[in-house]
Amino acid sequence: MALEESRRLSQIKTKLECRAKILGGIRAFFSGDGFLEVDTPLRVPAIAPEQFIIPYLSEGWFLSTSPELQMKRFLASGYTKIFQICHCFRKDERGRHHNPEFTMLEWYRAGADYRQIIQDTEDLVLFLTHRLGYGSTLNFQGTKIDLTLPWPEITIRDAYLRWAGWDPFLNFDGLKFDDDMVTKIVPNFPIDRPVVIRDYPTECAALARFKTEDSTNPQAAERAEVFIAGLEIANAYSELNNPEEQEKRFRLEIEQMQIAGKPCVWPQKFMEAIPHMPDCGGIALGVDRLVMLLCDTNLIDDVIAFPADRL
Amino acid sequence: MNIEEVTKNTKLLIDNTPFSVETVEFVKPGKGRAIYKFRLRNLFSGNVLDMTFHSGDKVEETSVTVHEMQYLFQEGDNYIFMDSSSFEQIPMIKNQIGDKGGFLKEGTPVVIMMWENRPIDIQLPKVVELKVIETSASLKGATITAQNKEGKLETGVIVGVPAFVKEGDIIKVDTRTGSYIERVGSK
Repeated sequence: MALEESRRLSQIKTKLECRAKILGGIRAFFSGDGFLEVDTPLRVPAIAPEQFIIPYLSEGWFLSTSPELQMKRFLASGYTKIFQICHCFRKDERGRHHNPEFTMLEWYRAGADYRQIIQDTEDLVLFLTHRLGYGSTLNFQGTKIDLTLPWPEITIRDAYLRWAGWDPFLNFDGLKFDDDMVTKIVPNFPIDRPVVIRDYPTECAALARFKTEDSTNPQAAERAEVFIAGLEIANAYSELNNPEEQEKRFRLEIEQMQIAGKPCVWPQKFMEAIPHMPDCGGIALGVDRLVMLLCDTNLIDDVIAFPADRL
Repeated sequence: MNIEEVTKNTKLLIDNTPFSVETVEFVKPGKGRAIYKFRLRNLFSGNVLDMTFHSGDKVEETSVTVHEMQYLFQEGDNYIFMDSSSFEQIPMIKNQIGDKGGFLKEGTPVVIMMWENRPIDIQLPKVVELKVIETSASLKGATITAQNKEGKLETGVIVGVPAFVKEGDIIKVDTRTGSYIERVGSK
C-alpha cells in the first residue's frame, strides 16, 4: 500500500506543483486588486438550505458546504472586496469531477452585479494562464480552448429552447431541468470556447436577486455559470439582499427538504444580516476543477493529494 | 439500498432480473440533483443495459455469489456439480448450460454463480483435455495442414480435428470456441 501511495504521489507531483502555483496566482490576482483574504469556520451551526446539497453533520452542527453565509455577513458589516480559498464538504458527491471534500474560491464585490463578477472570472483565468505561460490558449485533452475575451454567453431560456425544446420559465420542472442540463445543454456547448450561461429560473437560484437590467424576462434571477470544456467551473449571483424575498425562497426550500427528511436549520444570523447587505455580486469557483483544466487532466483525483477514498 | 451506495460490481435486482453494475458515472450540476449513470450487465443473458438514476432513488441489492465447483455426472435433464468447499451437490438443468455441457467430464473444475440458491451461470476452464473416441482412420503421411475431419470426444461433443488425430488421442479444446488446439498424448 505504502508503495502504491508513494508511486501515485510522485506521478501527480507536477500537477500538485502546478496547483500550488495556481493558488499563489489566485492570491496575487486578488490582493493586486485590493481584495482582503478572509477565513471563515469550516464547522458551522447553520448552512444555506439547498435541497440538493447534502451536508455532513458534526455534533449537531454542519461541516460547511460553502462559506457564502459568513462571507455575506462580512459584506453586511461594511467589507467591500473579500475573497476566500477554503475546503467545503458535500456528502455523496464522488466521481471523475467530484470529491466530497473540495476546495472552493469565493469572492464578493460590493456595488457589482453578476456580469461584473463574470468579468472578474474571465480576468482571473487569463491572469493564471498567462502566469503559467499558456497565453490565451489552453490545451485540454487534445482540444485547444480559445480564452480570448469576451467569452460567449447564452441565456438559460435560449439554451433550453434551442437544445432541449422547452422553456423552463413556462412550466418549470426541476428534474427535467437538471437532466437536460447534463444530457442536452452542456454537451452542445462549443468545446473550443468557455461558455457563460445565465439568467436562471428562481427555483434554481435561491440566493440570487431578480433580474433588474431589462424586462424581457422579469422572472429570471441574476445567476450565471461558467463552463470550460464541459466542466462546471463557477457559479455567480447578483446577491439577493431583499430580506422578505430571501425568507420566502428559503421557506420554499426548507419545505421540500423537510418532506424529504433532509437536515436543515434556519440560518438566523445570516437572515439578520441581509437588510444590511449592499448591492453586490459574488461567485463560488471550484478550485480543483480549475486546476484540472490548467493541468490538462479530466480526473479530479489527479489534482488532490488525498481523495476521500484514499484516506 | 440508496442509490448513493451503489458501486462497481454491486449486484442489483431490477424487474426481477439480477444485474451487475459494470460502471458508475456520477454527474451533478452544482445546485442540482445528482445523476447516476449505470452500465448494467444482465446476469442471465449477459446483455448490457444503460440506466440513469437520481439522488433519492432506491434500488434493490441482490446477492449473487460465486462458487468453485466440480462436475460430477448427468442425471436426467440435470448436470450435477459439487461445491468444492461445502461438498454440497447442486443440479443445473441442461438448457441453462447449453453447449458448454459438451466439455464437461467428471472432475472438471468450474465456477458457478448462484442467486437465491439457484445456479444462474457457469464458467468453464478456458481449455479442457478430452479423449477422442471416434474418428475416421488417419491417412498415412497426414500433416497438420491436412483437411479437418470430425472427431467425437468422450463427452459426446463433435469437434473438427486434423487428419492425423486418431481414436484414443487426448486433445486440448478451447471451450469458448469449441476448436481444437493441440494433441497432448494418446492412449
